[in-house]
Amino acid sequence: MTTSSNMSHEPLFHVVKHQERSAVQVLLLRLVAVVCSILAGGVFIWAIGYNPFAVYGTILEGAFRSEMAIQATVKFTIPMCICALAVTLAFKMKFWNVGGEGQLIVGAIFASYFALFCADWNHWVLVVVMLVAGAVGGGLWGLLAAGFKVKFGTNETLLTLMLNYIALHIVSYLQAGPWRDPGANGFSKIARFAKNVALDKVLGVHFGWIIMLVLVAAVWVYLKYTKQGYEISVVGESQDTARYAGIHVKRVILRTMFLSGAIAGIAGACQVAGSDMTLSMGVAGGVGFTGIIIAWLCQLNPGMILVVSFLFGVLEKGSSVVQSTFGLSSDCADVLQGIILFFILGSEFFVRYSFVFRHKKGGAR
Amino acid sequence: MEQQQSAIRCSGITKTFGSVVANDGIELEVRYGEILALLGENGSGKTTLMNMISGIYHPDEGQIYVDDTPVSIASPMDAQNLGIGMIHQHFKLVEVFSAMENIVLGTPGKLPSKRELRAQVRQLSLEYGLEIDPEKPVYEMSVSEKQTVEILKVLYRGAKILILDEPTAVLTPQETEKLFAILRQMRAQGCAVIIITHKLGEVLSISDRVTILRKGRTISTVQTSQMDAASLTEQMVGRSVSLSIRRPEPKNVQTILQVVDLTVQKPDGSIGLDDVSFTIRSGEILGVAGIAGSGQKELCETIAGLLPAKEGAVLYHKENILNKTPEQIIDLGISMSFVPEDRLGMGLVASMGMTDNMLLKSYRNGKGPFVNRAPARELAKKLVEKLSIVTPGVETPVRLMSGGNVQKVLLGREIESQPNLLITAYPVRGLDIHSSYTIYDLLNEQKEKGVAVVFIGEDLDVLLELCDRIMVLCHGKVTGIVDAASTTKEQIGLMMTGEMNQQEKEEQ
Repeated sequence: MTTSSNMSHEPLFHVVKHQERSAVQVLLLRLVAVVCSILAGGVFIWAIGYNPFAVYGTILEGAFRSEMAIQATVKFTIPMCICALAVTLAFKMKFWNVGGEGQLIVGAIFASYFALFCADWNHWVLVVVMLVAGAVGGGLWGLLAAGFKVKFGTNETLLTLMLNYIALHIVSYLQAGPWRDPGANGFSKIARFAKNVALDKVLGVHFGWIIMLVLVAAVWVYLKYTKQGYEISVVGESQDTARYAGIHVKRVILRTMFLSGAIAGIAGACQVAGSDMTLSMGVAGGVGFTGIIIAWLCQLNPGMILVVSFLFGVLEKGSSVVQSTFGLSSDCADVLQGIILFFILGSEFFVRYSFVFRHKKGGAR
Repeated sequence: MEQQQSAIRCSGITKTFGSVVANDGIELEVRYGEILALLGENGSGKTTLMNMISGIYHPDEGQIYVDDTPVSIASPMDAQNLGIGMIHQHFKLVEVFSAMENIVLGTPGKLPSKRELRAQVRQLSLEYGLEIDPEKPVYEMSVSEKQTVEILKVLYRGAKILILDEPTAVLTPQETEKLFAILRQMRAQGCAVIIITHKLGEVLSISDRVTILRKGRTISTVQTSQMDAASLTEQMVGRSVSLSIRRPEPKNVQTILQVVDLTVQKPDGSIGLDDVSFTIRSGEILGVAGIAGSGQKELCETIAGLLPAKEGAVLYHKENILNKTPEQIIDLGISMSFVPEDRLGMGLVASMGMTDNMLLKSYRNGKGPFVNRAPARELAKKLVEKLSIVTPGVETPVRLMSGGNVQKVLLGREIESQPNLLITAYPVRGLDIHSSYTIYDLLNEQKEKGVAVVFIGEDLDVLLELCDRIMVLCHGKVTGIVDAASTTKEQIGLMMTGEMNQQEKEEQ
């Protein structure tokens, strides 16, 4: 055997790549990650001086304790889910659209124009026009980043991110200037929309949730069964292969980013006309980013996106109850979200690699 | 021959990657003053073993001895301190540095003055018979000069044990001879040399002993002088293999494409093809030889319509097909298939299964917005059967398949589209002997069907045996179009470096 001086040279562990794990193993790995994140979140809650069981209990209870609570949970779910679907299209193409937030806002601005100035139209015509306007607005905002990408090769991550801030400050300009509510005693805000504008309620929640379900199905079918969906997968995997197959890569990028932005824009229209009944700086409130997290967690699977968005909705609604019950800031919900994300994304490493420790020879077999 | 001292001895080396056992109880020994060839097919574990000796991987089991002392090599730095130097297949040099700057780069201690360094490098070059200008920047060097710098780099670090991973893959026959002279010189100086290769001719000409690996195990270690190509192959493959390639007589040869004065720029603006003219004929295989990067890639991609040409024309019955869309080209009566060099990065979608890969060029067929996968699935199943492709299923991602099977999927798809022109770039690269011969047979089958086949190759022996005519490229220029049956390897080698220019007069 070796001498000890040589042995001390050997590293404590080394990283080994192993064969692909089966779907069941990957699922188990993810479940373990979720359990770990709940445990770690509990430690966090305990560390700041609260009983984790009570807090977790309150989150669940707060999200489901009454019909109204469930309706509120669904209302939280809608924009997150639609935004996750929006970025899924772009991510499938490996186009890193982190501008869901901005595309949602521009969609909301476009829809708000009709809500403010065409409020006397026939209700259903108005609703349809608002949704279409939202889609067009978000789509154009997405197209802008894609256009620069295919024309000048700009970095889409930076560009979509910056466009978020531009969109946000357009709202700020509108509410301080042209669209300012004269009846608000000098406050810079936009007037509340007329009743005629409101999206109708179905089972107590504005019908954005039906749009959400339709979009889940549509995105799933689009990506899996259509020619355009196939093109997106090929372009995402390798642009050289796409070129080889005679696919117009630029056209696919432009079209897909328009669709991606359009879906986010629909979320914006639902938000202003269904939930907020006005346009404010808080219209997106970070759901564009939460959508990215959800899409990534779900590996771009639309069905999973629906489920996980709902769980995030539970977390959001539950934490608002925790806030009023325990006086615990709702920022804690963000910390918990961060912890979950950390564990799930961390578990990706173990899907492909494992550690082999010293002395435990041939551990990966 | 007297028994020299052992330089490296590996005993019972095992290394696994997940369920794949890359090395399984390997035994290997190389002594000072000898050249050991490590022979094995792709995937037999040669590179894994060498990576463990040079400190990149760590063995799961077994012991490595250097100078008969057990050692643990945890990093390339450890390997260097033990006097082991590895020359990788892909050079690791700083392009903008000169030869001597690259040589001294990363060595511990104070940087010697330029004058000192130049003297040291000169001294080393003289000692081992290497020729290099110490001041020459790497970007101005030929491939063989870069390799010389790599060798000097490890010698400068005091290496007495050299490992070369497929060093001749990028060299012409003449450059290979020069490299071998250098290695013989090193042997005379008392170095131990391990050369990894799968070319039998080289094993026979350079090595003293040869260790044969197969599927991660040591099959045997033998004196080279007692072996010949057939017996080596038998040990490497595990059964006797006929090494001759069939070359059916071309029938009904007709010009289908005429390439005239074609000039193509690479994406970076440099010249890829320079005034290239030749003809492609149905019913024969046109081989294209040349050092890697002499314009082969540009040639294929331009004809396939993926790269725009700067000047020139590709004529089909006097009609220029350059800058035409694939649909327009098909309307003219040419059905072109292209098997690109980068199979998983260009010819196939790595993460998709066979079915979806069959769709790559045909997904547009049929009306409506939806993809019809049924015919693709049928085609995939048919190919699995016809070409005996090994895969768990037609939906398994192709990246999980072995190189030979991936190539069968790609070539199979292209042949199924009934082309009359088939362009293949390095179709047997990375394939084992059995798969390679399957590919040669498929190409011959197409040739006999009257298809015009273009075969971009790197192994001159194969090109000379398989092809009917061979076109040689050098720096994007054609340096010769010759009849394969009446040309020698040496002549082609000279054309590859541009030292001989023999444009055959083609009767049109």
